[in-house]
Amino acid sequence: MLDKRVKSVAEAVAGIRDGATVLIGGFGNAGIPVELIHAVIDHGARELTVVSNNAGSGRTDLAALLAMGRVRKIVCSYPKTSGSVAFEELYAAGRIELELVPQGTLTERIRAGGAGIGAFYTPTAVGTMLAQGKEVRRLNGHDYVLEMPIKGDFALIQAKRADRWGNLVYHASARNFGPVMASAATVTAVQAGEIVELGALDPEAIVTPGIYVHRVVCVPNPQQAGQP
Amino acid sequence: MIKPLSRDQIAMRVAQDVPDGAYVNLGIGLPTLVANYVPSDREVIYHSENGILGMGPAPPKGSEDPDLINASKQYVTLLPGGCYFRHDDAFVMIRGGHIDLALLGAMQVAANGDLANWSTDNEKIPPGVGGAMDLAAGAKQVWILMEHVGRDGRPKILERCTFPLTAPAVVQRIYSSLAVIDVTPEGLLVREMVEALAFDELQEKTGARLRLANDWRPIAIAS
Repeated sequence: MLDKRVKSVAEAVAGIRDGATVLIGGFGNAGIPVELIHAVIDHGARELTVVSNNAGSGRTDLAALLAMGRVRKIVCSYPKTSGSVAFEELYAAGRIELELVPQGTLTERIRAGGAGIGAFYTPTAVGTMLAQGKEVRRLNGHDYVLEMPIKGDFALIQAKRADRWGNLVYHASARNFGPVMASAATVTAVQAGEIVELGALDPEAIVTPGIYVHRVVCVPNPQQAGQP
Repeated sequence: MIKPLSRDQIAMRVAQDVPDGAYVNLGIGLPTLVANYVPSDREVIYHSENGILGMGPAPPKGSEDPDLINASKQYVTLLPGGCYFRHDDAFVMIRGGHIDLALLGAMQVAANGDLANWSTDNEKIPPGVGGAMDLAAGAKQVWILMEHVGRDGRPKILERCTFPLTAPAVVQRIYSSLAVIDVTPEGLLVREMVEALAFDELQEKTGARLRLANDWRPIAIAS
């Protein structure tokens, strides 16, 4: 029987190693897997590389993981948002490495990681600082920058509803990076607000097929991300 | 007496030019105001790079959904016909040339359409690029909304940008607090100016050579 359900958030993140690359879903405070991030904090893994669109806000979840000094490097498109104090303090102190990636390139690099693509050419960032040191190639009369895929050891995702095969649906714009990150990690751990019977999710409306998901834990009333 | 346009007035002026039926992405800050002023007889479909098409206005107080936000992380709503999609799809739409119009803010714009809107030369402030480079490179049209000069009084429209570029030669039109300016192969062409502003004064506040269109007119804001 295929059953990806686990009983606790600790079990969902078990085995995460020091130095691991962790893809963390969410955009702003929507879709942040708050409880899974706190499970990583409790687990104790260090020297992490975090890939996430933003760099946390307030003092909880991603901001807390950063503030505890667990993250060596963050790969993101927009680290400075309202309330991103934890990141800003570390950055000012030179205690975190930042790899800034244009948002569409970030998401496509993750997609390429999940899709088995070796590298890809994109028009974004041509002629800018963020293309420095990268191969530029002229194709069909336009310049493109060569970008490398991103893969995670873990992906941490928040979903609205799941079943025991790991099929997922999301809520509104909290979907954001969930589907693309789910496909690009060795272990994709999902916190779902509800786990329903097989067959209860409309097959026409399943957003993330369970093949990308390895562990599902039920977190019925997730905390709002980015709390003070 | 010269009265520069307020932020809302810049948004009002741009809103008059947003075509009916267009798919439009609004950048962070000033551009988000445009949605408030698009004439009610036009149907404009707003795209948000976190995965929304058919984005509606802010919800009434008390009915906010923390999972339904725009790229500026403000609460929004979804209109009938709107939909959600994966983040990477949001950028297939942007990079793939499916967005008709990107309305963006700018720190600097150059006479050849170069855009700088993501990083100053201050190394203490962490840079944030977000989706700006993708929008600049991928949208069919890029229009800029901005104050004509910086807070320090320095021109923001220049022969060459001094801040790091977002993308080279992508801006088609600038809506500033003083003028509406087209970026043309022959340089910057002033289409409209605020009442009582002389062309020489506008040129003085601009770091690149301007030409005045023969059919230029004063900026009219529908009230």
